[in-house]
Amino acid sequence: MTVRVGVVVFPGSNRDIDAVNALQVAGAEPVRLWHEQASLDGVAAVIVPGGFAYGDYLRAGVIARFSPIMRGVADFAGRGGLVFGICNGFQVLAEAGLVPGALLRNRGLRFVCRQIAIAPERIDSPFTRLVGERRPLRMPVAHGEGCYFADPQTLDDLERDGQVLFRYVHDDGTPAEPGDRANPNGSLRAIAGVSNAAGNVAGLMPHPETASEAILGSDDGLAIIRSLVASAAERQASDRPLEFAAR
Amino acid sequence: MVTFRYAVNVTPRPGILDPQGRAVEASLGHLGIEGVSDVRVGRRVELTVDAASEPAAREVIDRLASELLSNPLIEAYAVEQLAATSSRRSDATSVPASESPTSS
Repeated sequence: MTVRVGVVVFPGSNRDIDAVNALQVAGAEPVRLWHEQASLDGVAAVIVPGGFAYGDYLRAGVIARFSPIMRGVADFAGRGGLVFGICNGFQVLAEAGLVPGALLRNRGLRFVCRQIAIAPERIDSPFTRLVGERRPLRMPVAHGEGCYFADPQTLDDLERDGQVLFRYVHDDGTPAEPGDRANPNGSLRAIAGVSNAAGNVAGLMPHPETASEAILGSDDGLAIIRSLVASAAERQASDRPLEFAAR
Repeated sequence: MVTFRYAVNVTPRPGILDPQGRAVEASLGHLGIEGVSDVRVGRRVELTVDAASEPAAREVIDRLASELLSNPLIEAYAVEQLAATSSRRSDATSVPASESPTSS
C-alpha cells in the first residue's frame, strides 16, 4: 500500500509543489492539506512546507501557527505522528513550540538563496535513517529568517539529548561557524535542523525536497524525504507511534 | 463595555543579536552623527480593546502580546495605555507617509 503523506498548504506556501514532487519521487502518495481544515485526512506523516505563510506578517510562521490545520498537526504530533517542517515550515513549528528554539533574521540581514551543505548529526532518526554514512548533503537555502537561536543552556541540552539533527558544514564536513560563508544565516553552533525531545517532529531550514532529483542540481535531499516516507510507512503499517526516542 | 486603546512595544531581548539595529547603527556615521550606540529595532502595535473594565482589557492585551505579538524566547514586550479618544477615526489620517510595510 502506498504511504500517504500530507503536505500543508497555507496562503503563501510556495514549496508545497516541491514537497509533493519529492514525495512522488520517493514513492509516496502526497495529500494536500488546506490550512482551513482541522483534519489530517488519515495521513501517516505531515510535511509543513516552505514559503511565506500568511505573508510572514508580524513574525515568520506565527500567524500560520494559529490556523485550524496546525491544531490538527499539534494533536497528531502529540500522539507521536511524524511531522517535518522545511524552511518556513520550520519557522511555523518553532513558533508553535513543537520544536525548540527560534529563527532570527539572518545575521547578514540579506535573504540568502544559494546551494549550501549540511551534514546529519544522527543517521538513526526517522528523518535521516536512509542517508547512510554521515556526509555533506548539498541542497539550497532560500530564507531571510533562518538564524537558529536558543539560549546556551538549551543548546547544551539539545546537543546532549541528540536533538541537533543537521549542521551547516564546510566541504570537508566540519561545522560552519557563524560568520563562515558555509553558514548562510549565522545559526548558533551551525544548527540547520533540530527535533523535539520525542524525536517525531523535526524542522530544517534548507530544502531537501528541492534537491530531490539530479536534474534539479542535486538529489542529496532525497535520502531525507525517503527516510520520512519509510518511517511513515512503518507507522502506517503498525498504526502505532514510532519506537524512537532521543538518546 | 468600555473602549481602551493600547500600544504594545516589542523589542529584542538583551543579548539577542539584532542585525537590524546593527545596520542602523552602522549607518549613523554616514549622517555624521557620533555618540549613538546600542540601537535595537523593535515593533510597535497599536490596538483598541472593548472590555468591561481596564483589568479585563489588560488581560486580553497580555495574552495577545505574549502569544501572538511577541515570541517570549527572543522578545520582550511592554504595554502602554493610550488616550482612547476617537483613536479609530484618527488612525485613518495619522499614518506617517514614510511608513511602509516591511517585507521578509
